[in-house]
Amino acid sequence: MALDILKPGLATAVQDLGRPGYYNLGIPLSGGMDRFSLAAANLLVGNDEGDAVLEAVFLGPEIRFTSDAVIAVAGADMPVKIDGIEQPTWTTLAIKANQVLSFGFLKAGARAYIAIAGGIDVPVVLGSRSTYALGALGGYQGRTLKAGDALDLLPAKRAVAVGTTVEPDLRRGPGASPVLRVLPGLYWHRITAEAGKGFFEDTWKVAPEADRIAYRFRGGRPLEFVPREPPFGAGSDPSNIVDSCYPYGSIQVPAGTEPIVLHRDAVSGGGYFMLGTVISADMDLIGQLQPNQKARFAVVAMEEALAARKDVQTQFAQIRATL
Amino acid sequence: MTTRYSFGGDEHIFVEVNEEMSLDGFFKSLSMTNAVRDMKIAGVTEICPANASFQIKYDPDVIAPDDLLVELKRLESVADAADSTLSTRIIEMPVYYNDPWTHETQMRFRERHQDPTGTDLQYAARINGYATIDAFIAAHAGSPWFVSMVGFVAGLPFLYQMVERDKQLQTPKYLRPRTDTPKLTIGHGGCFGAIYSVRGAGGYQMFGITPMPIYDPAQEISYLRDFMIFFKPGDIVKFKPIDRAEYDAVLAAVADGTFVPLIKPVTFSLDEFKADPQATNAKLLGVLHGA
Repeated sequence: MALDILKPGLATAVQDLGRPGYYNLGIPLSGGMDRFSLAAANLLVGNDEGDAVLEAVFLGPEIRFTSDAVIAVAGADMPVKIDGIEQPTWTTLAIKANQVLSFGFLKAGARAYIAIAGGIDVPVVLGSRSTYALGALGGYQGRTLKAGDALDLLPAKRAVAVGTTVEPDLRRGPGASPVLRVLPGLYWHRITAEAGKGFFEDTWKVAPEADRIAYRFRGGRPLEFVPREPPFGAGSDPSNIVDSCYPYGSIQVPAGTEPIVLHRDAVSGGGYFMLGTVISADMDLIGQLQPNQKARFAVVAMEEALAARKDVQTQFAQIRATL
Repeated sequence: MTTRYSFGGDEHIFVEVNEEMSLDGFFKSLSMTNAVRDMKIAGVTEICPANASFQIKYDPDVIAPDDLLVELKRLESVADAADSTLSTRIIEMPVYYNDPWTHETQMRFRERHQDPTGTDLQYAARINGYATIDAFIAAHAGSPWFVSMVGFVAGLPFLYQMVERDKQLQTPKYLRPRTDTPKLTIGHGGCFGAIYSVRGAGGYQMFGITPMPIYDPAQEISYLRDFMIFFKPGDIVKFKPIDRAEYDAVLAAVADGTFVPLIKPVTFSLDEFKADPQATNAKLLGVLHGA
């Protein structure tokens, strides 16, 4: 055993880049909510970009290492400490056997990715080490970590010099006034033009119900629906549809009041209309939003969504080139 | 039926085959998703059929969204011509209706229900025109159900009742969803039945519970060793009412590995069903019970 979990943090779990291929049966992708930070942390310790790391949300864990290791923490601005001494984030660090990794209070962002050279060794389930806690699947015994858990590591692959860092301008986060770009569609036609306009004008606030399944938002005006005769099987509420699949990033608004954006542990389908989908480039940013944080939605077209996707890829390629 | 295509962000194409639920819509969605699977289009990562719609997830770095859209629209004519006959299986699922566990849960969340003074079964029986809950249960367990979608959470089947539309049981969902539903609850919302594969939130009315697990991530249950999820779209389910003693006996049999679900292969023809639902169902039940 290489890691002893002394304190688990709020909801720390093993994640990699996910488990595609089973969404048709209700098993979601899972994996890091902020894939950019997860992959960067892995590169800083000489891992492959998709190796398994620990995702810590809001409150970091306390971990005793039972052997020497190379680690890096990327993502949220959560002070990293080794035996109580603060260390830089987004930087390759050495930790010795019996030293304790811990975290200070979160300053910005929401999720920190703790990569360790070699990657976390838990069984591969349906092609991934990710934790899908709702389905008790994957990760460490299908759940978030508890005090007393002990984790193994796989052998390190390549050496990275201690002190190697991702320059601040290459890091990515939601910033002070986050804007989530949205491609309208799906059941957009269910709301009035006025409601559609209002959705993008209003400032929203992240609700306390913000987890790996979905982020809920509050504070904007309720949406008005276009009147209709409910289709058979949909249900009588104007926000109901015949239960369909839900895209990752899709924005459902039950009863027209609180938008819910589905994330990596999404429920795969259901009976609420969706007005559009957050573009792939901005999904990582949602994973770094805190409850009560303000955010806006901005309308984009497909060309802009694809250009934004390329921009993120280009930024990550620069990290890859420097490490 | 009018097919509607929409992009779900830059990574999904969403296709609504029919705005309302029907077996025609389901069959067209299933044949289109089968055709997409057979084409093995580079860049397609998830193919998800739903009740009367489906969704394709793809990598836009590999295939341009507009190119994939053209491919899908081309498939539609193929699907329209497809044979609506399905080689599938019929499964008997024991259900302990009006059980103490879903009852306890209903009472905990009563203020979220349309009828705070009654039970979900009493409410559903009344609004569907049944004089007693026993008569309602007889209707619920009387005809087979079609698995028209698997999802929401891991392995949860959506079930469509195989009767004429005017006989289909319909209920609204809870006014506000519950934060708890017992594992293996038999639920109902809109025209759909559901079997909750895991414990968790839910908004469907609760009618009973089955002792037969349908999701086992540990893959220890005898009939879930090959794959952790039991249901797939196109499966046909027949509920069998059981009492507490039989419920406990099945639970014990599942635990010691001796429970074997009753499953028979069947061929289902949509045209035959539409022409005579009762005769088709009688034939299916004949196969199930070895007649």
